[in-house]
Amino acid sequence: MTLPLDHYRTEYARARAGRPRGEGEALARTRDEALGRFLDRGFPTTRQEEWRFTSVAPIAEQAFALARPPAGAGPADVDRLRFHVVCAAELVFVDGHYVPALSTRGALRGSARAGSLAAAVSGHAPNIDPHLARVARDGSAFVALNTAFFADGAYIDVPCGTALEHPIHVLFVSTGQGGDTPVVSHPRVLAVLGDNSQASIVETYAGPDSARYFTNVVTEIVLGEHAVLDHYKVQRESTAAYHVGSIHLRAARSATCSSHSVSLGGAIVRNDVVAVLGGEGGECTLNGLYLADGQRLVDNHTTIDHAMPHCGSREMYRGILADRARGVFNGKIIVRPDAQKTDAKQTNRALLLSEDAQINTKPELEIFANDVKCTHGAAVGQLDEDAVFYLRSRGFGLTDARRMLIHAFLGDVLHRMPLAVIRTSVEHVLERQLARALGAAA
Amino acid sequence: MLTIRNLHARVAGREILRGIDLSIRFGEVHAIMGPNGSGKSTLARVLAGHPEYEVTAGEVTFEGEDLLAMDPETRARIGVFMAFQYPVEIPGVNNAYFLKAALNTVRKHRGEEELDAMEFMTLVRDRMKQLDMDEDFLNRPVNDGFSGGEKKRNEIFQMAVLEPKLAVLDETDSGLDIDALRVVASGVNAMRNADRSFLVVTHYQRLLNYIVPDVVHVLSDGRIVRSGDKALALELEDKGYGWLEQAVGSPVRELR
Ligand SMILES: Nc1ncnc2c1ncn2[C@@H]1O[C@H](COP(=O)(O)OP(=O)(O)OP(=O)(O)O)[C@@H](O)[C@H]1O
Ligand SMILES: [Mg+2]
Repeated sequence: MTLPLDHYRTEYARARAGRPRGEGEALARTRDEALGRFLDRGFPTTRQEEWRFTSVAPIAEQAFALARPPAGAGPADVDRLRFHVVCAAELVFVDGHYVPALSTRGALRGSARAGSLAAAVSGHAPNIDPHLARVARDGSAFVALNTAFFADGAYIDVPCGTALEHPIHVLFVSTGQGGDTPVVSHPRVLAVLGDNSQASIVETYAGPDSARYFTNVVTEIVLGEHAVLDHYKVQRESTAAYHVGSIHLRAARSATCSSHSVSLGGAIVRNDVVAVLGGEGGECTLNGLYLADGQRLVDNHTTIDHAMPHCGSREMYRGILADRARGVFNGKIIVRPDAQKTDAKQTNRALLLSEDAQINTKPELEIFANDVKCTHGAAVGQLDEDAVFYLRSRGFGLTDARRMLIHAFLGDVLHRMPLAVIRTSVEHVLERQLARALGAAA
Repeated sequence: MLTIRNLHARVAGREILRGIDLSIRFGEVHAIMGPNGSGKSTLARVLAGHPEYEVTAGEVTFEGEDLLAMDPETRARIGVFMAFQYPVEIPGVNNAYFLKAALNTVRKHRGEEELDAMEFMTLVRDRMKQLDMDEDFLNRPVNDGFSGGEKKRNEIFQMAVLEPKLAVLDETDSGLDIDALRVVASGVNAMRNADRSFLVVTHYQRLLNYIVPDVVHVLSDGRIVRSGDKALALELEDKGYGWLEQAVGSPVRELR
């Protein structure tokens, strides 16, 4: 049974009435159109190629309530999610709403901005009109849903020639509140890096263990010429939560961007990354690491669109699936007719820790230029039992041996993350998750 | 120290060891020779506890304890070490990290204090010097991309660091050139003492010129068909295994 889309119509009318006055006509129209698009399409089904292995029926069938702004000071455990290193800004959102009291922006230098997207919209910040809901215009029904409903999110503006020394950390924490009706939040991120600028941006998504809620996020990133971005998304939601997110990235001439995706939580998770190399000489790295156990599902869909000549892309995904978990990886590389001298490389590997775990993996190359270099490789396997025995024969216990090998396997991707604080915090969460996954698999 | 009685073992549904009896006392070096496929590595793997090899009869005691009842890690911790015929590559696991963790696991089991980074490096440098090894070796992943000879040398290096009571060396000499062979042999000899024993599997008398054994056994078709002193190795070098085949009346394949 699928919930009548009327639920969303009613919710939309209510949300619309509650919107701040400063939002303006243009965005109101964009939202109306987005809602229309969503109602037209409805939630994707497994009959659609892009969603073949990922049923979102549990999301479609649930009448989620829109998350309200937090009542008190917000959850006490935000501290465990902070980086505890100097950040240019650490923005904290609770159930999709900005909480200034929990946020810090002390180390933001010059005319760079990082703050509430809603405030940027009301304040007519210069990047809103040209970019908001434009970079991600052609997204899925979930993108349309987010555009119609987002309450707030992060707005990041790094002007031309500005290099931020410290990372910007955007923290989306769900409380799982809402009583009988699980809640949904639709966080939105817009980051614009001007020509010759440089920044590191981290998005973290988290919620209390075993809470059931839905996070539907959209990130739009625009890179100017020669801009350098190091971007991370760390998804460590509750293992009962639904998380659907997409990152839409557009890079101008000679821009260098890397986006690292770490996906550790969630019952049903879908991550889309769409990177458009829209200027000559651009470089793009999309790396990812994921782990799922129990009955969880993690779906990573990436698209790298080479639209112009002399661009390079590197993509490396590594995943661990235990118990009855399922994984999906789909890596699309488009090389447009103009994109001569493209150099694209994709590898994706998954380790299945149990016989019941499975993965569907597919590279998709659409190449319309002739002078290009595109390679891809996929491998699915089990832990190397010879290596396990070798380690045991040197004194390591069975669980330690398996853990070491899994770490080594993920290390390929983990060690490619330049930000040290990410590596340590991800290792930490991984350690706990692996203990659980291996405990169940042993 | 080690007593093997009537050991039978099978792998992949086939019986490979068909009644091995072997006894090694403290401080002794025993060599095992025998044609390809006679079961030498199988014996070594059974001693190390490889889960694929199923013991169907017999017993093995190590210092009076039932070795076969222990899992592989316990055997390693109480001092049984096997140098692999084909050491396994473990990409992504740093040699130094691996070795330090292994050593401290073993030390903890023995009730000894764990070594810190400094103490570990002092020990390791000493052993590396002994085995004429380059220090950047430590920063590479375990056996990953190592040449055949480097892998073998790494096995002996691990042995030298872990200081087991019983070391089973499975064809550590194959793949080594004569200089490397000398270095490795002198590493082994440096470790020989009254409390430590060795079981050395080899095809070649050459190694036994350097590591002089107390006893030489010939394994054929899953049984020890002959034991003797070091002169037996010379005899095998000279005559091959054919004459033993006649002696026991069972088919024996050609020496490589
Ligand atoms: N894991 C295994 N699976 C199947 N067969 C095996 C396995 N291990 C050993 N065997 C078989 O058992 C027999 C003995 O093998 P083993 O490796 O013990 O011989 P070996 O004496 O060490 O020979 P070599 O001198 O070539 O090293 C061979 O026929 C081999 O094919
Ligand atoms: Mg062998």
